Amino acid sequence: MILALVLLPMLAGLVAFGLPTPVLRRGLLVGTALVHAMLTATFWKITPATALNGWLALDAAGLLFLSITSGLFFVASIYAAGYLGQEANRHNTDPEEGLLFDNAPEAVFIGCMLLFLAAMTLVTVSQHFGLIWVAIEGTTLASAPLIYYHRHHRSLEATWKYLLICSVGIALALLANFFLGVAAAHPDRESYPIVLSQLVAHAQDLQTPWLKVACLLFFVGYGTKMGLAPMHTWLPDAHSEAPSVVSALLSGAVLNCAFLGLLRMQQVCVAANLELFTRDVWIALGLVSLVVSAVFIIGQTDYKRLLAYSSVENMGIMAIGIGLGTVGAFGAMLHAVNHSLVKAMLFLLAGNIVARYQTKNILQVRGLLRAAPVTGVLWVAGFLAITGTPPFGPFMSKFTILKAALDGGHIWITTIFLAMLGVIFIGMTTAFLGMAQGEAEKLAVSASNRDRWWQIIPPAALGVLVLWLGLNVPAKLGDVLHQIASTLGGPS
Amino acid sequence: MIATNLILVLVVLTNLKLLGSSRIGSSIRVVAAQGVVLGLLPVVAHVHDLSLRFAVLAVGTVAIKGIVFPWFLFRAVREADVAREVEPYVGYVTSLLSGVVILAISFWMCMRLPMPETLASSWLAPVAIFSIFAGLFLIVSRKRALSQVLGFLVLENGVYTFGVGLAPQSSLLVEAGVLLDVFVAVFVMGITIFHINREFDHINTDQLNTLKD
Repeated sequence: MILALVLLPMLAGLVAFGLPTPVLRRGLLVGTALVHAMLTATFWKITPATALNGWLALDAAGLLFLSITSGLFFVASIYAAGYLGQEANRHNTDPEEGLLFDNAPEAVFIGCMLLFLAAMTLVTVSQHFGLIWVAIEGTTLASAPLIYYHRHHRSLEATWKYLLICSVGIALALLANFFLGVAAAHPDRESYPIVLSQLVAHAQDLQTPWLKVACLLFFVGYGTKMGLAPMHTWLPDAHSEAPSVVSALLSGAVLNCAFLGLLRMQQVCVAANLELFTRDVWIALGLVSLVVSAVFIIGQTDYKRLLAYSSVENMGIMAIGIGLGTVGAFGAMLHAVNHSLVKAMLFLLAGNIVARYQTKNILQVRGLLRAAPVTGVLWVAGFLAITGTPPFGPFMSKFTILKAALDGGHIWITTIFLAMLGVIFIGMTTAFLGMAQGEAEKLAVSASNRDRWWQIIPPAALGVLVLWLGLNVPAKLGDVLHQIASTLGGPS
Repeated sequence: MIATNLILVLVVLTNLKLLGSSRIGSSIRVVAAQGVVLGLLPVVAHVHDLSLRFAVLAVGTVAIKGIVFPWFLFRAVREADVAREVEPYVGYVTSLLSGVVILAISFWMCMRLPMPETLASSWLAPVAIFSIFAGLFLIVSRKRALSQVLGFLVLENGVYTFGVGLAPQSSLLVEAGVLLDVFVAVFVMGITIFHINREFDHINTDQLNTLKD
């Protein structure tokens, strides 16, 4: 079953490269995403059998991140199908510099989307560290062509930075894998593969110095992909230049995949009683991410870059949560779910706004609530959700992390955390409310420009989910989150 | 042991040659030579417990790093049709001297870590780390996108060197996966270089500076 979940999108992706008719290709995209999501949903009821000697297995953390990925991809695939229909056979003018450009072939786009899904699925179900590495690098390679969908020099620059920075980062994570292998090797007995369950079982025998070096390299390697400052430099460029539906997946799913890679490492460290060492690194990286994102959010002129920096901020919040022990880890996991949903929703809405206003500049977008009432209301709702206003989900998760910091007596962490959230709130309020209010220009309200159903339903669905999660966390989800948190926190 | 050390010395020499090399063409050849030499490393290092796995790995590595990559990169150079210089930010002599310093630091660092007994040679870890740093240095100190890809390959070769020394802990599936990823990475980077060239009429990355805050 697990193997099928990985192979299905992979095969569909390869087929998509060869399919001649657009309708078939888009059908294949949405159909595969639907089947994938339904399979994932059944895994909440029935735990699938392990595959490949236990290298592929679905534990609580895998299930959570698989569900986020699969669900988001399904929603995004609907948006993508509509978006590709709109973009087909059109010569585009770049709104920022007025240059003409082409789009990448649709078959390549859909093929890469599906391969991308296959790679992300493999990340979530892998238990072997080598396999996790292969899959995470796979997500980079499959998504690079997606960023270069609009073929002009800015997206090219973003693609190149993304490829090079992430590949180098992830190459260091490969070195970390080898170091982990050294840490696990023991002259007196059989060596065993670096599978999570084996490492956790033999954690007391691991050689600490090598494990520590491996940890630091993992932090640099996967931290780059996760977008933790100061290794986040590729992130705003890639998110702002990619088509919005791709940005939604990058922010909502890919960053989480790299996060999962780091969580696997954390599980080993907790079992090896090294959590005091890693906690400091998590908190340091988290706080730096918060400060850096706050600096760049204030006065940001491009709303897609604003959302990208907000992703850096939220990844920082999750990192702090992990660094605060079991309660914080619970909050971080809940926040991973909430952030994915809200950020994907906001990026899809940003796509609607780009289509309507033909600009990514915050100051040139005015009167969104009048020009496009539904998009406008959702945009404001998304803003309230991402900044942690009740009753939306992120309020609960941020509050849990804050509570963990206060209960642990970490005055400094709490102070910086709250101060940065305050600064970011102000920066985002100025941007979002300015865009929503005011008089709209004629062009933006013209009838030919009205929102299509596929532009509204996907983000609205995500919005409803976030609201629901804020009011009530389902018992089953709560159980899974507790299970994960108990393997991440260690004794507090 | 002697054969292993000979290979490691060759790796060090190729790295130094790369740091001081001014032509793209010769750089590609040097990286290809390094790939071939490293492809032989698993066979030489595990000559006593040679298995099918090491043979497959060696053949795959030599084929991809020694034949496919240079062919593909030379094609990229031809298509791009640009001057054949690597255009460094840091001069060749300075690069070479930095290389020697990095080499010394790598050996010094590795003397301080407890080395596992499974390592095929005590030089393996320092040489691997030297390659990694040399690769990083090449990436940040060269303007051409192609030189940066070569830097990435050197970095990956360094990681690979370390991995080969620890081969018992690894497995064919993962190694094949890693090789496939590197292959696709270079492939995608090559295509991107082609587009960079078409868009900008050259492949210098110092023009890629529009996106910033």
